[in-house]
Amino acid sequence: MIQTQSYSVEARRKFLEQMLTIRRAEEQVIHFATDHKDLIRGHYHVYIGQEASGIGACAALAPDDYVFTTHRNHGHVIARGGELGPVLAEIIGRTTGYNRGRGGTFHVIAPHLGILQTSGVVGGCMPLAAGAAFSIRKRGTTQVSLVFFGDGVLEEGAFYEAINMASLWQLPVVFVCENNGVARELRKSGQCPTSSLAAKQLTDIPNAFSIPSVIVDGADMLAVASAMADAVSMVRRGAGPVFVETRITRWPGNAGTFPVLIGGDYRLEWALSPGSAPQELQEWLQHSDPVALFIRSLVADRVMTKPDVEAMDAQIHQAVGEAARFALESPAPKAEFALDHIFA
Amino acid sequence: MTQMRYVDGLRRAIELEMERDQRVIVLGEDVSVGGPFGITAGLLERFGDRRVINTPISEDSIMGLATGAALAGKRPIVEIMFVDFITLAMSQLVNHTAKLRFMSGGQLNVPMVIRVQQGAGGGWGAHHSQSLEAWFHHVPGLKVVAPSNAADALGLLRAAIRDEDPVLFIEHRGLHFRRDEVADPDAIPELGTAKIVRAGKDLTIVTYLKPVWDALAAAAELAARGISAEVIDLRSLSPLDMGTVLRSVERTSRALVVHEAVLQGGLGAEIAARIQEAAFDWLDAPVHRIGAPFAPIAASPVLEQAFVPNAWTIVAGVEQMLGLAPAAGLRAGDARHVT
Repeated sequence: MIQTQSYSVEARRKFLEQMLTIRRAEEQVIHFATDHKDLIRGHYHVYIGQEASGIGACAALAPDDYVFTTHRNHGHVIARGGELGPVLAEIIGRTTGYNRGRGGTFHVIAPHLGILQTSGVVGGCMPLAAGAAFSIRKRGTTQVSLVFFGDGVLEEGAFYEAINMASLWQLPVVFVCENNGVARELRKSGQCPTSSLAAKQLTDIPNAFSIPSVIVDGADMLAVASAMADAVSMVRRGAGPVFVETRITRWPGNAGTFPVLIGGDYRLEWALSPGSAPQELQEWLQHSDPVALFIRSLVADRVMTKPDVEAMDAQIHQAVGEAARFALESPAPKAEFALDHIFA
Repeated sequence: MTQMRYVDGLRRAIELEMERDQRVIVLGEDVSVGGPFGITAGLLERFGDRRVINTPISEDSIMGLATGAALAGKRPIVEIMFVDFITLAMSQLVNHTAKLRFMSGGQLNVPMVIRVQQGAGGGWGAHHSQSLEAWFHHVPGLKVVAPSNAADALGLLRAAIRDEDPVLFIEHRGLHFRRDEVADPDAIPELGTAKIVRAGKDLTIVTYLKPVWDALAAAAELAARGISAEVIDLRSLSPLDMGTVLRSVERTSRALVVHEAVLQGGLGAEIAARIQEAAFDWLDAPVHRIGAPFAPIAASPVLEQAFVPNAWTIVAGVEQMLGLAPAAGLRAGDARHVT
């Protein structure tokens, strides 16, 4: 059972600021796709409803640690300290993006933040994260390598090969499995089978490979932060790999092929009184939205007042708006540079 | 004459063959809900979950499991969602699926179809936009089919399902929702047969998948300038119908091969080599090739467009072959793909 640590007022404000930043940035990504023709032409994946998981994990990391992520990477990059302008510019393929427009929404990579690969192939980062940890081990530093992945990765062979090597060689890897289709009653504990995996409890699998594991409610910001701090500290002390399953209930806007902002952009009113939100969102806001749950706890604990939260959100709105303008006004790469960056 | 979308041709082919042969089954990620492009939509409702089976995200074992099922009496149609993901299934496909007839001395066969889709154009970036047909063309024991239109999507997929050997069936994402005339919905072409889709006398453009349409647009543009281009849609990449290609080159004396895949090590090299081996004396010019530059595909639309050949790059390639001045209106850099 996780013992939630106590967090200072400042730390809690910071968590909320990051949560709202990711929430508003992802809304902006949806607006890029829906309000502009051909700005995002293919599929894209947003992190709405999963914010606590990425923020809690990244809060536990040191600046020189490594991070690997997936097609659903925007929130991870921002949680790791990615600047909104270059993140949004990359998502729409502009030269000012972190990867000069080569990566796009599926592949925001930020080596200066330790983010070394963002895989569009399911499970692609598992061996890479073990490899970075292998280097850490050989170099004898106290860094850790953290990899985010969805529950679907446990269906891929590379997952088993990578956790086996990580355990055999006691590599400093934090495996963060974001299980994002969990019924709310099962977020804290209990068996949580997925339709495509024969194991009834995901953590049984790393356990069988002698990797300690923990299950944490991915809607509970402070519980995730505590669990991640413990996991990272164990790995950093040389205990070998650790597996964290963050259990997340899906945002109703993610039910279809493309994300939909049900009722428009998120309103702080909805967080404080879910009954005022569109019907489809009410249960999620009441029980499963990490942002709503955290805002209500901050207000109840008198850490922040409603006007404090509104002022913070207004500032974030402005920052995201400015970043979006920066991205939109940034030039696209020129065709004559198409062959750059293939070899040294 | 009926009109049909490419995706509907694919779905119709699967439905018809599932009705005809109880051994035909469909396996893949999300196939019960249609996959990402709706091609298998409705099959579960019609044929039931004993024949339309959603799999875990396990490409290597999907490929191997289907191969095992084919060895033991089923005729699987496997869907690998993006050709990029077939990289995870290469061991099963290359070491087992393609080789079992040979390794068993002809005692076994693997009657299965692997459907994949590929191609740039959606801004999906480096892990979802590759054109990898040349890798599979290099594998003995594997047939490779690549339809450019709805009629062939329908007819060639039926032929592939009826084939006694493994067939990699490559669709192009940029063609899925185009609508074509289907002259004979019951036609089942033989695998390994190319088709002349426009007759001409000055040069032969050999191509397949989406660039067929670019080549036809280029041929129309060239016709306005008095150049008569013949366009051959290969339809099957392995085996290659070199007879049709060579008979055309004998008449035109010039050949240009066009594909969306990276030029280096691409199918164009193989076709150019075979033309020169068999028809050197007929040629008035070296065989030319157009393909993507040697680079991964970027997400940025500008860079993605720069990778992909189009009608104008084909026109420019032909002008270069014929020693003509570039037409007005050609965009700078359009000739970059030509070697």
